[in-house]
Amino acid sequence: MFLLTGLLGGARQARAQADLLTQLETQEVKPTGTEVVDATFKSTRLISGHTVQTPGQGTMVFLISHRFGTLNSGAYNFFGLDQATLRLGFEYGLTDRLTAGVGRSSLEKTFDGFLKYKALRQSTGAHPVPLSVTLFASSALNSLKYSDTYEHTLPRRLAYTYQALIARKFSSDLSLQLMPTLVHSNLVATAQEHNDVYALGFGGRQKLTKRTSLNAEYYYLLPAGKPTGVRNALALGVDLETGGHVFQLHVTNSQGMIEKFFVSGTRGNFFNGDLYFGFNVNRNFTIRPKQGFRK
Amino acid sequence: MKPIYCWPLLVLWLLCVPKAHAQKYLTRDGVVTFFSTSILEDIEARTEQVAALVDLNSNQVAFTIPIKSFQFKRTLMQEHFNENYMESGRFPKSSFSGRILDLNMEALQKGGSQRVTVEGDITIHGVTKHVQVPGALELQKGSLLVHAYFSVAPADYNIEIPLLVRENIAKIVGIRLALSCEPIAQLSLTK
Repeated sequence: MFLLTGLLGGARQARAQADLLTQLETQEVKPTGTEVVDATFKSTRLISGHTVQTPGQGTMVFLISHRFGTLNSGAYNFFGLDQATLRLGFEYGLTDRLTAGVGRSSLEKTFDGFLKYKALRQSTGAHPVPLSVTLFASSALNSLKYSDTYEHTLPRRLAYTYQALIARKFSSDLSLQLMPTLVHSNLVATAQEHNDVYALGFGGRQKLTKRTSLNAEYYYLLPAGKPTGVRNALALGVDLETGGHVFQLHVTNSQGMIEKFFVSGTRGNFFNGDLYFGFNVNRNFTIRPKQGFRK
Repeated sequence: MKPIYCWPLLVLWLLCVPKAHAQKYLTRDGVVTFFSTSILEDIEARTEQVAALVDLNSNQVAFTIPIKSFQFKRTLMQEHFNENYMESGRFPKSSFSGRILDLNMEALQKGGSQRVTVEGDITIHGVTKHVQVPGALELQKGSLLVHAYFSVAPADYNIEIPLLVRENIAKIVGIRLALSCEPIAQLSLTK
């Protein structure tokens, strides 16, 4: 009898406890705001191109990007490893949405600067937003010495890129991105070539584990302004994330690591073995910690 | 009003007062901070969106914490916390439901802080564990202050820490809870 009452009492107690939690849950304020879907991609780069991600306010990203020579360049060149092009870059999150970045590529001794603004953030809740949209604008300055008679004035050395990065994180594993792109070069080689090159980029990531993902990126050049001899850029890569680093390994048919090169200047044929093996290393530094944590 | 009408009202009032004084306390903006201290890196996070309900009649306590509400010093830490460790998309909340074992109501009414032990089920990352944690209760200006400091081992809750960052995250994470709960009438709960 005692046992029975004890059991009943125990059951009642357990139920009462559960009830209190249920009561609490009904008492909780229903989420009126929206919850932002974050970590659409692991890095600010998909492979060569940008993703919708921006480093948070006060975070600086140091980015080392590297492409070796083509794999089909033969054993004499150690399958491309003898050559390398490099880009060093810094990006800083001015706010959670606005980023400014600078970089220097060894290819054509190019300096670049960009602004990136997260215009729309994918979110769930009372007012769901299905997509993230980040706007991107950059300029690139070719600083090569020249030997031709044509005067390479500053404006003639500049090229601009405008991009809308539209992404959706479909699940915790799958994110896809669409990148309509315009590259404007102030100077082109021949009169037949267009100053404006339009491209439509597609890309995405599929997570393999929590900390690794498979990435792909493809830029389709619209026939209207397509320069002769230029191919669509295709890249495949893997992201490996450790604490404060993201390592990205990839193969691509473009040698450059800024839009001017890989959107409007890709010459390699992916399926002929004109493959550049390369990597990006991202290191995050918190320059200005969030308030309330400073010590 | 004639005194004869007042009596039943007074009786009614006397009957109702203990009910209104039902000793349920609620908060929606409790504070939880946690610390992980290691040789390489200190990790600290804070949320002010803890909802808690304390019933001093039945000695029961319940609280829930929205995981995504935790704020970190570094945005990347916050992202990793949600994405890799807590998987807050799958497990958006942590909760606790249990009872106060050794509450001395009279001492509490007198004022001053009282040490108590709370026993119950804590759910983190979808894993529920039965725990006993020390805490302190105090009645101050009608509100109930609840403080607790206890530790949790991420490994107990299937929170995997990869080999590469094992040195950066402590085996035991300290959790500090500070709630200031306001009294609520019994009736308002059912509404």
